[in-house]
Amino acid sequence: MAEREVALNNPAFNNPAQAATVREQDLIARVQRGQNELFYELVRPYERRVYAAALAILRNETDAEDVAQEAVLKAFANIRQFRAEARFSTWLIQITVNEALMRRRRERTVVMEGIDDRRDEESDYAPREFADWREIPSESLERKEVRQRLAEALASLDRKYREVFVLRDMEQLNIQETAEALGISVASVKTRLLRARLMLRDLLAAGWEQGWFSRLPFEKGNKPW
Amino acid sequence: MVNNQALSCEQVWREISNYVDGEVDTGLHSAMHEHFRACSKCAAVLAGTRNVIHLYGDERMMEAPAGFSRRLEKRLAQNVRSSGKNWSTWSTWLIPVAALALFAGGLHLANSLTVGSPLKSEHAQQAEGIPPDMPVVVSVDAKIFHVAGCDFIHNKDKARTITAREAMREGYVPCLRCMRKYLQTLASGHAALGVEADASQNADLEDDRENSEGNVR
Repeated sequence: MAEREVALNNPAFNNPAQAATVREQDLIARVQRGQNELFYELVRPYERRVYAAALAILRNETDAEDVAQEAVLKAFANIRQFRAEARFSTWLIQITVNEALMRRRRERTVVMEGIDDRRDEESDYAPREFADWREIPSESLERKEVRQRLAEALASLDRKYREVFVLRDMEQLNIQETAEALGISVASVKTRLLRARLMLRDLLAAGWEQGWFSRLPFEKGNKPW
Repeated sequence: MVNNQALSCEQVWREISNYVDGEVDTGLHSAMHEHFRACSKCAAVLAGTRNVIHLYGDERMMEAPAGFSRRLEKRLAQNVRSSGKNWSTWSTWLIPVAALALFAGGLHLANSLTVGSPLKSEHAQQAEGIPPDMPVVVSVDAKIFHVAGCDFIHNKDKARTITAREAMREGYVPCLRCMRKYLQTLASGHAALGVEADASQNADLEDDRENSEGNVR
């Protein structure tokens, strides 16, 4: 702990990301030594990511919240086994994915999957929309309607594509971590990720043409470009 | 193996995800880059794919139900209590604090017993010793601080620039995207930092470089 404090007070230590990492490591060490009441502080920055990971796999908000809570409790119970070689957030998300996959297996939920689910994932996916939709500005995410549209598009993907996309592009796991979390090969992650991204692009391109993303406050009826 | 000299659109689509992630070799990268310059359809697919990644990578897409945090903290508290440890939650200390404040009857006392910002935490206070060298951007209703210019800054009209130390003191945590890029940039320039750059970070940087080359269409 003394070393940590020295590090935190080191004038040369002026990188916020690195500082946050050290702070997190310090928090982990303190929880591992028995300061359990600090565990929520450790988890708090990632709690929405935990929920999103569970929801991507279970597609049910109640189950997702329950699994998110279980995953956090499991992380708490196993915090002494956590080793600093891994990122805490990745470790937490991997626990969540495991919990969600176990829940799905246990409940043997019959999920209605889309028509693409049975298609050979090795076959090429050809984009269907070529509209020059330019860019949907991130400001549009301020609107709940837009977020809802995006969430619906994501939910419409087959499970195997949705899971990979959420872990890689939303949870920010790298390809290897995504493969390990889902128990699939790196090649499968890449293939599924490609299809997920292209399918979402097609879905959103269609939405663009239908005016989902219009009426942005700054547009005043016209695209800014 | 892809023939880098004459790529078809189908070949480009097959590799476009790897291209965005910076996971194609130099030859293929150049060939695809040239293809995007000449093919408006593929350029539109590329722009749309990047936009998809950009939008879904935004923390605003990580929504949890109302009350999720409170319920999670409560359940954790119960769990910790059952293991015989102390746990101070908002709900457990608010009632006695409020009662004490009422008993004292003075606004001054009430203020002194109330935590000012829900974002402020013991977690953040450990960052006291960090020099306030780097300006970072924070905004209202978010818990993330960003490098200036990050695309993921919310409520830009309500954003303010403060120092990293102030941000952390207020309980903000670093943006996963821009701070990772920043970290890697530092790491590549200053090996002494000893920060490992993972494949994802490489991909992010590659993507950044591509973006800086302008939209190819």
